[in-house]
Amino acid sequence: MRYFRTITPALLAAGALALTACSTVGGGDDSASEQGSDTVVLVTHESFALPKKLQRQFEQETGYDLVVRAAGDAGTLTNKLVLTKDKPLGDAAFGVDNTFASRALGEGVFAAYDAKLPEGADQYRLAGDDDHALSPVDNASVCVNIDDGWFAGHDVPPPTSLDDLARPEYAKLFVLPGAATSSPGMAFLLATVAEYGDDWPDYWQRLMDNGALLTDGWSDAYQVDFTQGGGKGDRPIVLSYDSSPAFTIGDDGSSTTSALLDTCFRQVEYAGVLAGADNPDGAEAVVDFLLSPQVQAALPDSMYVFPVDSTVELPQEWATYAKQPTDPLQVDPADIAEHRDEWLREWSDVTSR
Amino acid sequence: MLSLHDVSVSYDGTPAVVDASLDLADGQVLAVLGPSGSGKSTLLRAIAGLEPVASGRVAWDGTDLRGVPTHRRGFALMFQDGQLFGHLTVARNVGYALRLRRTPDAAARVRELLALVGLEGYEHRLPATLSGGERQRVALARSLAVQPRLLLLDEPLSALDAGLRERLATELRDILRAAGTTALMVTHDQDEAFTVADRLAVMRDGRIVQQGDIAAVWRGPVDAETALFLGYARVLEGDPAHVLLRAAGRSPGDDAVAVRRSALVVADAGALSGTVVSARVTPEQIRLIVAVDGVGELDAVARLDAHPAPGDRVAIAVDASRTAAIPAGPVRPGG
Amino acid sequence: MRRSLALVGLAALPLAVLGVFFVLPVSGMLAEGLWVDGRFDPGAVAEVLTRPRTIRVVWFTVWSASAGTAVAVLLGVPAAHLLHRRTFPGRGALRAALLVPFVLPTVVVGVAFRELIGEAGPLGFLGFDGSAGAIVAGLAFFNVAVVIRAVGAAWESLDPRPAEAAAALGASPAQVFRTVTLPALRPAIVSAASVVFLFCATAFGVVLTLGGLRYSSVETEIYLLTTNLLDLQAAAALSIVQLLAITALLAITSRLRAVPDPTVARSTVRAPRPSRGDWPGLLATGLVVVLVGLPIAALVAGSLQVGDGWGLGNYRALTTEGSRQALLVPVTHALVTSLRVAVDATWMSLTLGVLVAIVVSRRSHSRTERRVRGLLDGLFMLPLGVSAVTLGFGFLITLDEPPLDLRDSALLVPIAQALVALPLVVRTLAPALGGIDDRQRQAAASLGAGPLRTFATVDLPVLWKPLLAGAGFAFAVSLGEFGATSFLARDENPTMPIVIFHLIGHPGAMNYGMALAASVVLATTTALVMLAVERLRVPSLGSF
Repeated sequence: MRYFRTITPALLAAGALALTACSTVGGGDDSASEQGSDTVVLVTHESFALPKKLQRQFEQETGYDLVVRAAGDAGTLTNKLVLTKDKPLGDAAFGVDNTFASRALGEGVFAAYDAKLPEGADQYRLAGDDDHALSPVDNASVCVNIDDGWFAGHDVPPPTSLDDLARPEYAKLFVLPGAATSSPGMAFLLATVAEYGDDWPDYWQRLMDNGALLTDGWSDAYQVDFTQGGGKGDRPIVLSYDSSPAFTIGDDGSSTTSALLDTCFRQVEYAGVLAGADNPDGAEAVVDFLLSPQVQAALPDSMYVFPVDSTVELPQEWATYAKQPTDPLQVDPADIAEHRDEWLREWSDVTSR
Repeated sequence: MLSLHDVSVSYDGTPAVVDASLDLADGQVLAVLGPSGSGKSTLLRAIAGLEPVASGRVAWDGTDLRGVPTHRRGFALMFQDGQLFGHLTVARNVGYALRLRRTPDAAARVRELLALVGLEGYEHRLPATLSGGERQRVALARSLAVQPRLLLLDEPLSALDAGLRERLATELRDILRAAGTTALMVTHDQDEAFTVADRLAVMRDGRIVQQGDIAAVWRGPVDAETALFLGYARVLEGDPAHVLLRAAGRSPGDDAVAVRRSALVVADAGALSGTVVSARVTPEQIRLIVAVDGVGELDAVARLDAHPAPGDRVAIAVDASRTAAIPAGPVRPGG
Repeated sequence: MRRSLALVGLAALPLAVLGVFFVLPVSGMLAEGLWVDGRFDPGAVAEVLTRPRTIRVVWFTVWSASAGTAVAVLLGVPAAHLLHRRTFPGRGALRAALLVPFVLPTVVVGVAFRELIGEAGPLGFLGFDGSAGAIVAGLAFFNVAVVIRAVGAAWESLDPRPAEAAAALGASPAQVFRTVTLPALRPAIVSAASVVFLFCATAFGVVLTLGGLRYSSVETEIYLLTTNLLDLQAAAALSIVQLLAITALLAITSRLRAVPDPTVARSTVRAPRPSRGDWPGLLATGLVVVLVGLPIAALVAGSLQVGDGWGLGNYRALTTEGSRQALLVPVTHALVTSLRVAVDATWMSLTLGVLVAIVVSRRSHSRTERRVRGLLDGLFMLPLGVSAVTLGFGFLITLDEPPLDLRDSALLVPIAQALVALPLVVRTLAPALGGIDDRQRQAAASLGAGPLRTFATVDLPVLWKPLLAGAGFAFAVSLGEFGATSFLARDENPTMPIVIFHLIGHPGAMNYGMALAASVVLATTTALVMLAVERLRVPSLGSF
């Protein structure tokens, strides 16, 4: 008994020490090296992902240590950058998109850096960015997707336009993430604004009356309620991306879904050098890196987006099934910045009515 | 009337009470006396319905109580340390059972009960502010509030100091008599049992080894161990017993004999003689150990004005009323 | 005088941590909203508060949090009795399993819930999807374990004799519970309920996912205002509402928690097997198992689905980097990261928690002292009631200058998690400490024990079980924490919830299956850790 009395606390102490040894405090591996002048910090959103190999290659070629700080969604990222513009969180930023970019530019978050854009990227420039502070890196269009098999099986002609979605034959078939809580949801709201102008609330009213289902985020809509999502839901029309059909390859090798290319709103993600960066040279190198052919080629697989470089060869499924809209719906970035608040409020009113 | 018939209780297969049988008539107070670990508290908890009975039967007025939960038995249980409800005042503790029954005029009854236990004016105190004795009085009042058909007392006084214990034991007896309460008290203290109870049951190793009228049990312990537990100093058998009984003026038989310390008194006219082994002065008498011729070492007493010293030869008289014959032969459980 | 000094000394470390990592960031964000262009302008804030939408949002928050708390308490208290005062095979495993919801990322739970109650789900016919009822069920799902653990820990060591005395006085089991057991448990129940209320009131994902966007709570509104609209004035207004509401809640609960004599006799009792009389506990535990078990079962089933058949393909995929590099790192790596962070968060919150619990639970010798202790007690609850977004943005704008240039510190994540877990730890420890008879400490001191030895002899044995429960909470909170982590975490070392979020956020059946499989791995790991913690029993610790 006495043996146990002394041994148990000792064991506990040893166990506690062993656990602490594998804690983050014990293993402070990279925090010390970050402060060196040859470090460059890229601030980005949580969806950022690139192969480690490419990042190492960048470090070897430029001599910089690349530190990636990825957290929050695009909106969070933008507002973080705005709030910390006097003491920036890093040197370069990637992930501000065309729905938020005006706010960032207006607040002077970015320093001018006119990077050399790859072929075909010019068309993605942000309207109003005359100093070329932001360089387009990738794009993805938010489009209504449909389950082709469902429509074939039910002998219903598939919808083709935004108007169709409000028709009775498509009642209770559409599921989409909300504009207030989801970035594709916001893009779809902008698509309707582009399509219907000031009458967009009427369209939404018709959409809701027709039994459209709103969810919190994209995952909920696509994975749970969409018939071709992971959870095998019961709605064959979903709001997703133009690239999504490349991920629903059936047993016969062809895609089971397709995007309605007349319903798309294009999101472009930009990179730029942060004003007041500690390492502006490094930041410029990072922007160039993101525009390099290797990174552009890695974008579809790593981040599920299209490169802005038109010369890059796409993965095979993308080339076959991920069709991009030729003439997406557009809203002037300045308008978005000015009316975002008002539109969202009105949207909330219409959809919760 | 409470009757137990061959009641057994066990904890995880270990028997704690074995085949206990006893009867307790209305208005009587029974003390269950036994050393710690003898199973007496378990027996009490089984009667209260707090422990499941493995076999046998607990009955009240002939009705089996199996399956009757504690709160429907109409018994009150008072714990060793009172178990007052710390969050309730004295008055609310005492009136607890009255409130459960929505008894009208409970406040008056509470005052009456507090008067009975000598705690007038304590209504609004919290238990944490009371002394040990006061807490036990409150616990007693609380138990008596609804006039239980049986009061179960688990070592009610053993947490108190000696003087207080003696005084409260007397009070307890008076209170129980005054209320006409049928009670079963568990204790390890013979004096407490003798003061409070009419009847006595002796428990050892989970068994009731003897029971009966308290004086009768006292006079005739069923076996040597019981005799020693009841305060007898020695138990003699065979020749020493015969020598002693003859000295007491009785005819010797097969029985063993239990001897209280005070049965042997140093007296010039004593029938026995022996050599003093040791002597110790107490406030009331001198306690001796004497090597008695033909018997062996025995406890004895001498008046304070005698001055026996170790090695002295003394004569010893035997008071027969302070000895008890113990029947030979196997112990009869429950006898 | 020495007492006050000792009080300040014990409180110094937790206060410093709270000051730097909570008060400073939150007041920074509030200032952003209240000072417009360098001018103090509370008018705009006041205007926000009178908007009908604000009033609706506040009302819904209070309503849903109250309902969620009530359900969690009504189910949790009887279940705590069964799981902590009765013994049956598999009890430990069940207790550990019930903590699983705590660590599951909301996005996954939302998916699991909606797979059940959605239009196409097996329970779709109930029409529960998108209703306020679904939100309440979701809130209870996440929080019932808090009630079970906190109340169970108190119940486990409760002396059974007062209850027996009451029964012997003729009280039926219900009356015993109402008049004896409940008053003794009240501090623990009120503590658990107030924590659960705060968790419910600041719940984010549940409200959005299960409410189908028809409902907004203060928390979702602040998130929208801050991250999407950058309307800091309105966000500040709602944050102030949050702070006021919590202060009111704390004032009420401290009143409810107070008992005339907090001293509780502790004992270890043999737990009997459940009997017929335990039907409330059996019923509640059954309901809890259904509430917690069904979504988890849906999760497990989903994770085992490969194409149209069943298999372990999703799990096998976890150890690789996945096809198409869907995973940022192998899940095994993320799991190690999660565990490392959780270890840090746990020891931090336990260290702070023990200090705070000691400070707030000792008997006060004067009215001022009591006030100060009450104030401290409330102060450490505040982090639970303030939006993670407010805190996260606050970190960025206030901790940006030496010596507090901590924006990039790897410690920020475990510290943020420790702050979230701290109230749980304090609320678990304080009732136990408050129940110790101060004379026991005096007795130890009179026998020559110094303050530390006294603590080891008297307090630690009593504290041991609540400490384990608190450690379990802290660990689980850290493993499952998503809001602050996703806001602060760096990509190179993502935790499990981040990886899961990443997986489920992209199309492709494989990603979906892997997200569910990773959630099951996270849940299983948690349950195993909890089970191991439960086994850590050191009955002799106090006797050396």
